[in-house]
Amino acid sequence: MLVYIIRRLMQAALVMVVMSALVFAGIFMIGDPVAMMISPDASDIERDAVRASLGLDKPLWLQYLAFVNAAVHGDFGKSFLAGQPAMQLIFERMPATLELVFFSTVIALALGLPMGVYAGLRPKSVGAKTIMTGSILGFSLPNFWVGLMLIMVFAVLLPDLIPGFPRLPASGRGATVNVLGVRLSLFTADGLLHLLLPALTLALYKGALIVRLARATAREVLPMDYVKFARAKGLSENRIVGVHVLKNIMIPIATVNGLEFGQSVAFAVITETVFAWPGMGKLLLDSILLLDRPVVVAYLMIIVVFFVVLNLLVDLLYSVLDPRVRLESRAT
Amino acid sequence: MSETSLVAPKPQTPFQRVVSDFCEDKLAVFGLVLVALALFVAIFAPWISPQNPFDIGSLDLLDAKAPPGSVSGDGKLTYWLGTDGQARDMMSAIFYGMRTSLFVGFVSVVAALGIGVVVGLVAAYAGGRTDALLMRIVDIMLSFPAILVALILLSVLGKGIDKVLIALILVQWAYFARAARSAALVERNKEYVEAAACLALPPSRIVFRHMLPNCLPSLIVIATITLARAIALEATLSFLGVGVPVTEPSLGMLISNGFEFLMSGSYWISFFPGIALAIAIVGINLAGDHLRDVLNPRNLR
Repeated sequence: MLVYIIRRLMQAALVMVVMSALVFAGIFMIGDPVAMMISPDASDIERDAVRASLGLDKPLWLQYLAFVNAAVHGDFGKSFLAGQPAMQLIFERMPATLELVFFSTVIALALGLPMGVYAGLRPKSVGAKTIMTGSILGFSLPNFWVGLMLIMVFAVLLPDLIPGFPRLPASGRGATVNVLGVRLSLFTADGLLHLLLPALTLALYKGALIVRLARATAREVLPMDYVKFARAKGLSENRIVGVHVLKNIMIPIATVNGLEFGQSVAFAVITETVFAWPGMGKLLLDSILLLDRPVVVAYLMIIVVFFVVLNLLVDLLYSVLDPRVRLESRAT
Repeated sequence: MSETSLVAPKPQTPFQRVVSDFCEDKLAVFGLVLVALALFVAIFAPWISPQNPFDIGSLDLLDAKAPPGSVSGDGKLTYWLGTDGQARDMMSAIFYGMRTSLFVGFVSVVAALGIGVVVGLVAAYAGGRTDALLMRIVDIMLSFPAILVALILLSVLGKGIDKVLIALILVQWAYFARAARSAALVERNKEYVEAAACLALPPSRIVFRHMLPNCLPSLIVIATITLARAIALEATLSFLGVGVPVTEPSLGMLISNGFEFLMSGSYWISFFPGIALAIAIVGINLAGDHLRDVLNPRNLR
């Protein structure tokens, strides 16, 4: 087990080195960050001064070595544009993203689970067929377009057409409160309203996944003996479905939700861009477009660690839950 | 069987069986119709578009942001789907955009399929260290979300259709490699492979002429689903501003262009390209979903 974990962590370190070197070298091939920062009619001397102040006058390999040296000491450089440490910048934005992902998971579960169970219980009904077709739409429709359409309907069309219809906010975070030093929108009415549309957009894909998973598991569980026994005992249908069936459905749902958490963080880049949600995904995109290398590289390091830890946790959990899964020897 | 004649029905070729099974599901046929529609529009865009959206000279800025159904200033053209901020006819732009989107999707999936199949089959046939190394790389590739990897790659590569293709191929080949390997592992232990090996055929011939055809059906199913994902991914990247260049707008780019006009009520600039994109993706998914059931050997009757 320990060998396995160590091997995985070494792998992660290798990925980090390769990715950081790649981005480090590559990002300046597209454009010159200095040209983006100062006005085009600045003199060459000013330009060189800016370049030197950012350490960009040195050869690339020297810049990279300096970065690695600082990084192992916990310093990932300062953002070219904001002047703040890149890590600090990302960690400031992180709660907004996590909040969005969390809220969208709640929505996806609250909508997807009942619909999936219903479709599993009555697979032939019109309702079930509608739900299943709808779930294909949820899979297929591009996330960003759904976001745009939600804005169009709830922030533009409906309030325009129906007087008194609340105009849902389509950008920003709204009012936030400080909880243990972290700014959150989740606990103010205004913040929740701002959260609604982006979270719905993000929840669509995950909800569709949960619907299909819940239906498949329900169909698998229903013909089992213990369900038949519960029926024979005369338990109410509500109790059978609500307790006995649901318990078994929750296992795969929990697993997939764990795995999908990472996907949601990645997808949040899109949702945050559409809704101008000030999370770390939007920060990444802005930094890429403005060639703010320290932020991109720092984000990359965080995301590699994040996904490696997430995958490792899932694998370890599997081996704990199911002793048949052996980690060391990969089955071929 | 619906035939009531006494003559035994003609044995079907596998292909006929797939076709007739596929047509049983109305939703899947509907999906195929959508795909055909998207393909038709994409292939014949230059001939059926009312206007060449790339010819800046033919655009009249007075017609900018015309709502759907309005007539152009010179009375020659009706903008059935409206115009965008540069007075481009949306219908023509969508036809051309579909062309770009489908092209990028098809080419990237075919290339990724090719690379993935070679890697997967080689890993399965060679086994041992080669297998372990290749699958480790696949594991690492698959442990990161495709959208994020593509985004980072494009931040390094820059804009352009070729760059988008590279990024899409790089994030997709691993799926095919893993699927091809697991399909090939099943095939490798079958007698015909053993027989071929006994004939002292070269490994490359055994792998590509004997094992590959038997692995293909499951890979084709994955390819259809991946195609839908590739089209959506390209649209997303273009929307985020790291995808195709402005000169060759894909559907995602068109939607992105309409974003700024959305708040002022000009919904059609974003709405209709999105519908076109949805038609293509939903069509492929509906058809692919059923194709998986049809090609699944477990469902053979």
